[in-house]
Amino acid sequence: MERVEQPGTAGDIASTSKRPLDIREHVERADYQTIGTPFAKDAKMTARNVNVYYADKQAITNVSLDIGRNEVIAMIGPSGCGKSTFLRTLNRMNDIIPICRVEGEFALDGEDIYGEEQDTVLLRARVGMVFQKPNPFPKSIYENVAYGPRIHGLAHNKAEMDEIVEDSLRRASLFNEVKDQLDKPGTGLSGGQQQRLCIARAIAVSPEVILMDEPCSALDPIATARIEELIDELRENYTIAIVTHSMQQAARVSQRTAYFHMGKLIEVGDTKQVFTMPKHELTENYITGRFG
Amino acid sequence: MENYLQTDQHTSQRYNAELEALRSSVLTMGGLVEQQCRQALEALVNGDEELARTVAKSDHLVNELELQISAQCTDILARRQPAARDLRMVVAIIRMVANLERIGDEAAKVGRMAMKLAYDRDRQSYYSEPQHLGEGVGAMLRGALDAFARLDVDAAIDIIARDEQIDREFKTLNRLLMTHMMEQPQRVKSMLRVNSCSRAFERIGDHAVNLCEEVIYLVDGSDVRHLTVEEVRQRHSS
Repeated sequence: MERVEQPGTAGDIASTSKRPLDIREHVERADYQTIGTPFAKDAKMTARNVNVYYADKQAITNVSLDIGRNEVIAMIGPSGCGKSTFLRTLNRMNDIIPICRVEGEFALDGEDIYGEEQDTVLLRARVGMVFQKPNPFPKSIYENVAYGPRIHGLAHNKAEMDEIVEDSLRRASLFNEVKDQLDKPGTGLSGGQQQRLCIARAIAVSPEVILMDEPCSALDPIATARIEELIDELRENYTIAIVTHSMQQAARVSQRTAYFHMGKLIEVGDTKQVFTMPKHELTENYITGRFG
Repeated sequence: MENYLQTDQHTSQRYNAELEALRSSVLTMGGLVEQQCRQALEALVNGDEELARTVAKSDHLVNELELQISAQCTDILARRQPAARDLRMVVAIIRMVANLERIGDEAAKVGRMAMKLAYDRDRQSYYSEPQHLGEGVGAMLRGALDAFARLDVDAAIDIIARDEQIDREFKTLNRLLMTHMMEQPQRVKSMLRVNSCSRAFERIGDHAVNLCEEVIYLVDGSDVRHLTVEEVRQRHSS
C-alpha cells in the first residue's frame, strides 16, 4: 500500500473506492493508508510520519496530519487510540514524560518545532493548551491570567497588564462575571468558569494554536455550550485542535474531524462528511455506536 | 447488501431493537399501501363497489402508521442522536413515510371514483384502459419496497427508469379517453373519473420513484432527487 505524500495540498486519498481496505489489514499493518484529506490547503501545523512510543509500547503509528489555519479540527476515537498523545506532541508536552519517545517531523508555519534550538517554553506560548480538568493556579483570578504574559515579558507596566487581563477574560467570555472579584482566588469559581479562566490564561500569551484535551468533560451542558460558543468565536483568530469523547461536540464545533483507532489515523475529512457518510467502516462503527 | 444496516451490531441492544422496529414498521406500512393500490385497481376494473368502499375507507390505517413511524423517528433522533448510516436511515424513512401516506391517499381516491363508477353499466368499454397502467405502477411500488427491504441500489435505479414508460402510457390513455369523450359526450363525467384514476396511478408511480431515491440516499449517501435517470446512474457508478 503506497503512502501518498502531498504536503501543502488537499490530497483526497482513496476517495474513489467505497470500501478501500479490509479492516483487519488496516489495523494490523504499519504501512496502512489514512483515508480522506489529512493534508490541509493552508496548514498552520504539519505532522509527518509520526510514531510515538511509551518505552517499548507503540502508542502512535505512522500518523501524518495537518492542522489548517483558523480551523477547528476534532480528534475522536475510543480510549487509548492515541488522540491525546498525538495532541500532546504538537506542543511537546510529551517531552516531560521520560519514557516517551517521539519520531517524525513537526512544523509550525513551516518551522521545525522539535529542532535543537527550539525553546519549549516559547513553543508552548505559541501553541497553548487547555486540559480536561480546569486547573487554575492557586492564585487570584487576575494573577492566573497575568502569569503567562509576565514570564514572557508581554506587558511593560501595570496598565498594559490590566489591558491584557481584561482583554483575555473578555475573549473567554468571563470578564462580566468576574470583573468585581479579580482579586479573589481562581479556584473559587464554578467548574465552567474555571475552565473559561484556563482558556483566558491560555490566550493571554497570544498563542497561535490552542490545543484542547477534552475541555468540557467535567462540565455541565450549559457550561459546555458556553465553551463551544467560545471555540467558535476563537476560531477567527486562532487555530484549534480539540480532542473529545463527545461525538456530538466534535460534530458541532469542528470543520474537520480525524478518527484515530489503535494508534492509527484511520480517516480524516470534512466534519459533515464524516458524520453523515464516513468512508471507513471503523469510523462508521465508532460514530454509530457499533461494536467492532 | 442484506446486512448493510447492521441494526444488530450496536453496543446498545435497545438501540438495535428501536432501529429494527422502525424498519419493520415502514415495511408494514409499505405492505398495507401496496395492498390498497392492488385492491383499488381491482375494484375499478371489476366494478366491485364493495371492495372500492373498503379501499376508500382504509386510509386511516395508513395515516395511523404514518403518525406512529414519525413518532418513532423523532424519538430516535432525540434520544440516540444517530450518525452516518443510522442517521441516513432515519432521514430517509421520514421522507419515505410521507410518500407512502400520499400513495395511500391516491389509492383511496381511486377507491372513491371506483365506487361511483361501479353504477355505470357500460364500464367494460373503457374501464379496462387503466388496468395496464395500474399494474405497471403496482409493480413499481412493489419493486421500490423490495429495494428498500434489500437495500438494493441497482434495483432502485431500474425502477426509477421505468417511470418514463408510465408517463408515456398515462399520456396515451389521456388521449384515448378524450377520443371516447368526443364519441360519447353523455359519458364525459364517467370518463373524467376514469381519467382521475389514471392520474392517481401516475402519481403513485412518481411516489415510487421518490421511495427509490431514498433507498439510494440511505445506501450511497448521495441525494439523487431531481436528477435524470442517466445522472443517477452516473453518480452511482462514480
